[in-house]
Amino acid sequence: MSRVGRWVSEHVVMVIALLVLCYMFLPIFFVVLMSFNAPTSRLNYEFQAFTWDNWLNPCAPAGMCESVVKSIEIGFLATVFATILGTLVAFALVRHRFRGRAGTSLLIFLPMATPEVVMGSSLLALFTTAGLAGTLGFWSILVAHIMFCLSFVVVTVKARLAGLDSRFEQAAMDLYANEWQTFWRVTFPLVFPGILAAALLAFSLSFDDFIVTNFNHGNTITFPMFVWGANQRGIPPQVNVIGTVMFAIALLLVLSGGVLQRRRER
Amino acid sequence: MADGRSAGADLTLTGVTKRFGGFAAVDDLDLEVASGQFFALLGPSGCGKTTTLRMVAGLEEPTAGTITIGGDDIGRLKPYKRPVNTVFQNYALFPHLNIFENVAFGLRRRGVKDVKSQVDDMLELVELGGYAKRRPAQLSGGQQQRVALARALINRPQVLLLDEPLGALDLKLRRQMQIELKRIQTEVGITFIHVTHDQEEAMTMADTVAVMNKGVIEQMGAPADLYDNPATTFVSNFLGQSNLVKASILDTHGDALVVDVQGTRIAAPVARARRTDGQVWVGVRPEKVFLGAAGVEEGSYDDNVLPSGTVTDVSFIGVSTQYLVKMPWGQELTVFEQNTGAREQFRVGDKVDLHWVAAHTFLLDADQDAHAGDETYAALSGAPTA
Ligand SMILES: Nc1ncnc2c1ncn2[C@@H]1O[C@H](COP(=O)(O)OP(=O)(O)OP(=O)(O)O)[C@@H](O)[C@H]1O
Ligand SMILES: [Mg+2]
Repeated sequence: MSRVGRWVSEHVVMVIALLVLCYMFLPIFFVVLMSFNAPTSRLNYEFQAFTWDNWLNPCAPAGMCESVVKSIEIGFLATVFATILGTLVAFALVRHRFRGRAGTSLLIFLPMATPEVVMGSSLLALFTTAGLAGTLGFWSILVAHIMFCLSFVVVTVKARLAGLDSRFEQAAMDLYANEWQTFWRVTFPLVFPGILAAALLAFSLSFDDFIVTNFNHGNTITFPMFVWGANQRGIPPQVNVIGTVMFAIALLLVLSGGVLQRRRER
Repeated sequence: MADGRSAGADLTLTGVTKRFGGFAAVDDLDLEVASGQFFALLGPSGCGKTTTLRMVAGLEEPTAGTITIGGDDIGRLKPYKRPVNTVFQNYALFPHLNIFENVAFGLRRRGVKDVKSQVDDMLELVELGGYAKRRPAQLSGGQQQRVALARALINRPQVLLLDEPLGALDLKLRRQMQIELKRIQTEVGITFIHVTHDQEEAMTMADTVAVMNKGVIEQMGAPADLYDNPATTFVSNFLGQSNLVKASILDTHGDALVVDVQGTRIAAPVARARRTDGQVWVGVRPEKVFLGAAGVEEGSYDDNVLPSGTVTDVSFIGVSTQYLVKMPWGQELTVFEQNTGAREQFRVGDKVDLHWVAAHTFLLDADQDAHAGDETYAALSGAPTA
């Protein structure tokens, strides 16, 4: 066997891992790369020349920054409502015995299983039937987003809660903590990572959502709607700036979470 | 609950029953533990020890019966209203809090002042002074166990419940912690209820041992009493080992009973007889028996002798030698001889007589299963324990 062959066979797992990582990160690399592009035509599909312009004037394309703000507003509100409601549902499902519990657990999965296109169009039909067709906009988007985020929150928090040993709570009660103190001192901190994960998931689902929003947005333009609209004319490179910033924020969150975790464990 | 925090208090359980569905995990249990006692609850797995403790702690509601501490009925109080703390079977240390905060938890909930100095003292007591800032997951099993102990003990409860707190430790650390626990208990004078299924641990540590089986207490008393004078076959097998031989009572002579053991007459004290007529199990502990060559006079003239055994197995285990001796009626009896060097060693196939001091004989009801509580027998025969 040649030396190269031996090297490959010894490092085959690493090589495959690297290839997979490339496969995952190449598109992201392109998002970042194109944010520095100075397109000569309206089409931003080919890297032509390097420029800082897009980063210096991120709000240059008309309406883009407004759409980002709108998406953040909706994402934030949807996250807050879905997380609170979903956490409460999860607690009820895991901690209380009531009639219809098993059925509820099952039904919670339905919105996740329904194709989004069908969900979106049916939601429009629902709003229209209810006579709300003329008022579609910010609130209809928000209501729709809370609805589909809810299942994901419930499932995420439920998993964390089901894995929580009830003996910690019993130990707290044994150590003079009443029900209220037991919840805030023991249960909540232990379930919190699950709630946080659920909230992040909800935000990214809402911020990203195109399909359901597309049916129910009225005249309100969210960031995905803006990009879709811009695509008809040619996507401005500032969209990539927004994409890169979002990516950087996500990365920062994950990294600081890791650092925090390590510091706590020390 | 505020007063008397520094000393222990009496604990009584009267007719306490706990049913899970139709199954009685604890069945009409009566228990009385005097203030400041080290009380051990001993029994095989699943006999209801944890359930009993949980009812005292308030984590499980009794189906029936009353529980009092220092005379007050606490049976319906919430767990956080009871002057009781628990060292849980699996420690249940709060994983999100460091060691200091784990130990401080009870004090903070009660709004006690000078938390810092008390916690530091307590960590010092369990020799974990330098570990205050660590998380439970970063400690060894033995260290976690000591944190669990400190976390409960710092509250100076009137009754401390310990649910197999040493179960996860290796033998050496276990012995060390047993001594430590005993020392702490003597120092603070709190009533300890110590659950274990290690009989040696129960006997070395406790003032009173209760042997529990299938939700009921079989026998309760000082360790030596239980060992020397077991009330049931279960206790005789679960606490140490016993030779039990089928026999029938012939006669009474003053404070001794004359018993026919497979054709041989022996004597047994009335004080150790659970039956004084009819069919019995004659019991004697293996270490109380000594072997002599067949037909040779040994020991005192009024010793009990079972003649004509054949040695079938000899295992040398350092301090002693364990013999299995097959008797004429087919039963194999166990004999432990101390390796003093002064006594004759026997080999497989030797003919021997079994001798023991008559006062060491106990008599049990023949209606009971001779193998009850015998864990090796259960393991070998595949029969369920108890
Ligand atoms: N919540 C419950 N539901 C139903 N059965 C239970 C419950 N808790 C305990 N049991 C049953 O009650 C019996 C006694 O259980 P318990 O935990 O008190 O045993 P234990 O003596 O502590 O055993 P171990 O030495 O293994 O800890 C067992 O047969 C157990 O299966
Ligand atoms: Mg137990």
